[in-house]
Amino acid sequence: MTNITEKIKLSLSKRQRSEKRFKFLGFIGISFAILFLIIILYSIFSQGQSAFKSTYIELNIFFDEKIIDVEGKRDIEDIKFANFRKIITNSLDNYFPEVEKREEKRKLHEFISSSEEKNLMNLVLSDQELIGKSKQLWLLASSTIDVIHKNPEMEEIVESDRLVDDLELSWFKTFKENGNLKFGFNKNFFSKADSTEPEQAGVLGSMLGSFFTLLITLILSFPIAVAAGVFLEELAPKNRFTDFIEVNINNLAAVPSIIFGLLGLAIFLNVMHLPRSAPIVGGMVLALMTLPTIIIATRASLKAVPPSIREAAIGLGATKFQTVNHHVLPLSMPGILTGTIIGMSQALGESAPLLMIGMVAFIVDIPGSFTDSATVLPVQIYLWKSTAARGFLELTAAGVMVLLTFLILMNGLAVFVRQKFEKKW
Amino acid sequence: MKKTILAASIFAFTIIGNADARDQIKIVGSSTVYPFATVVAERFGKTSGFKTPVIESTGSGGGLKLFCKGLGTEHPDITNASRRIKMKEVKKCAKNGVTDITEIKVGFDGIAMANAKSGPMLELSLKDIYLALAKVVPADPEGNTVKPNPYKMWNEVNPALPAAPIVVIGPPPTSGTRDAFNELAIERGCKKFAGRKALKKKDKKLYKKECRGVREDGPYVEAGENDNLIIEKLVADPGALGVFGYSFLDQNRDKVKAAKVDGVFPEFEAISSGKYPVSRSLFFYVKNAHASVIPGVKEYVREFTSNKAIGTEGYLISKGLIPLSESERAKFEKDGKTLAKFDGKVLKK
Repeated sequence: MTNITEKIKLSLSKRQRSEKRFKFLGFIGISFAILFLIIILYSIFSQGQSAFKSTYIELNIFFDEKIIDVEGKRDIEDIKFANFRKIITNSLDNYFPEVEKREEKRKLHEFISSSEEKNLMNLVLSDQELIGKSKQLWLLASSTIDVIHKNPEMEEIVESDRLVDDLELSWFKTFKENGNLKFGFNKNFFSKADSTEPEQAGVLGSMLGSFFTLLITLILSFPIAVAAGVFLEELAPKNRFTDFIEVNINNLAAVPSIIFGLLGLAIFLNVMHLPRSAPIVGGMVLALMTLPTIIIATRASLKAVPPSIREAAIGLGATKFQTVNHHVLPLSMPGILTGTIIGMSQALGESAPLLMIGMVAFIVDIPGSFTDSATVLPVQIYLWKSTAARGFLELTAAGVMVLLTFLILMNGLAVFVRQKFEKKW
Repeated sequence: MKKTILAASIFAFTIIGNADARDQIKIVGSSTVYPFATVVAERFGKTSGFKTPVIESTGSGGGLKLFCKGLGTEHPDITNASRRIKMKEVKKCAKNGVTDITEIKVGFDGIAMANAKSGPMLELSLKDIYLALAKVVPADPEGNTVKPNPYKMWNEVNPALPAAPIVVIGPPPTSGTRDAFNELAIERGCKKFAGRKALKKKDKKLYKKECRGVREDGPYVEAGENDNLIIEKLVADPGALGVFGYSFLDQNRDKVKAAKVDGVFPEFEAISSGKYPVSRSLFFYVKNAHASVIPGVKEYVREFTSNKAIGTEGYLISKGLIPLSESERAKFEKDGKTLAKFDGKVLKK
């Protein structure tokens, strides 16, 4: 007997050492994970935060009656067709009267974003008194100027490597020294869809696309998945056939998402002839992908409801359906909702299956319904990433920030629902 | 319960009601033409009063496949291509009822080979490119017999090149850029060998396979249809060489520098004059049967072929497109207006 305690005593330090080693390795693992997370978040935030501001240039705009309203009738249709580009270029030419060559003028005129033409038009339409007068206005600069403004180190590098030549840089510096250059909030980012000009591109179009798509996904997948889960767990007889279905559902949850895209292409587009690039099809495809996730969550939370509740209900004469409907399902709802939200946030980040059904596309118009052509947030990020123009670099990172915000919100909601409503037995 | 059924049926009707009509142009095709087509589409949407066309970047081959699937609103109206349509594709189109199409050439694009600013300055010949990247290379100086490509270092290919490993990052086979690169760079390097050239007359199929085939043993890395990714990889690896279009080179001059091919830099003038050897034409194809049904198709074609878009001072030129000669552009502008039917017979081979 003493022999055995002796042995145990001797091995004690060894066992303690191995425990310490395990703790240490676990600590290293966690630290690495946190380190990488910080690196990723840092690189995204440091690149993306500049996308929320854009450069504005102050110009004295003269609303020339000869350009805006030649006939002097103040006809709204005439004003709409007026050449507002000319008004902007005129005031640029006035700012730099020494620029005379045609080629140089063309370069100077590209300082101001083409989106300002429409803004000036709206300004005149809302206040016709402006015609014939001058006004100091801050106008959105084009993306090239914006990039130079945000990266002052670019002013130092040699001309051939720079986005702008020496002449353009000298104009830029003049604006800066005169105090006619400032950063302002990038409104376009939250009010526009895709564009080929970085300063006019925004996430609203893809955010709405994501919204319509996810709404379809939720409408389709939630009732079907909950019904399927309840049937399999509570009502269906346990036999070979239901076992087979169960195995298949578990397998489906692990199928790569692109397969669901192929299925969507084959059935929804080629057989059912639904429109390409539409959120309705995207939502249906993502619903297929989310179904198994919600079914599994439903079954797990149904299982967690103690059998005594079912027995009590049945003992009082309830049918099986009443038992489930009145007692078991309401009690398991927090778990089901958590699973659904997690499934939805998975669907929000998905882009591969949407490639097959044409939602990876250049779409300028903001979608207004389930059948309008639309794209989704992760796809928009991918599209910006693969565009040549420099200004899209920061937009890509900012897009990731928006997507991350939504994911965190949704997952936070899932945690909240679980904490708030979950019952402990 | 009744309410749910009602809502569901209304929902279903709106979908069905919307499925058969379409008032928005759908465009698919080449990722090289994509940046130009999107600019035209955006301007067209802003100025014309029509909806802005939807453009998918599927690669030239993928685009023509979708385009040729048939007539009807679920099929695209226009496909972009960074190479000409093939006889095979014309036949496939015809089989599915797409017999009446119009071909529009919009301009040229040079395919640049470039490495990071910090990398060595390279001067390549077409022969060097062929020897470095082909799957099989001549086993004798005449090129009568072949062996699997043994070269791992640039100086094994040509002693004048640096003693660095061959790493070339380029597009995958579905890309029109890749097709053009195989045909314009590798095949033309292959032709420099008399024995290979003779093979073309004897066995065309084998010639094509051996002279256009790119090696799969590592030195050629496929990077996907994303030219920005190639540029990032080049910056990270100064020893690697990338293959991509001129417009991307133009936008990233502070990060990468082009290699001379056959003594010529891929510069604007050299590409438009044809001096730079690796340049190809860019096209788009219009389904004529759709032009009268889908609103805006004719107007979009007119915008794309107009002088203000692709003329020598057009807005696409500042985006990196190399313009056609004025007479050629005028011809395609006319073709676009009349929707001149494309005759497959002009495709030899």
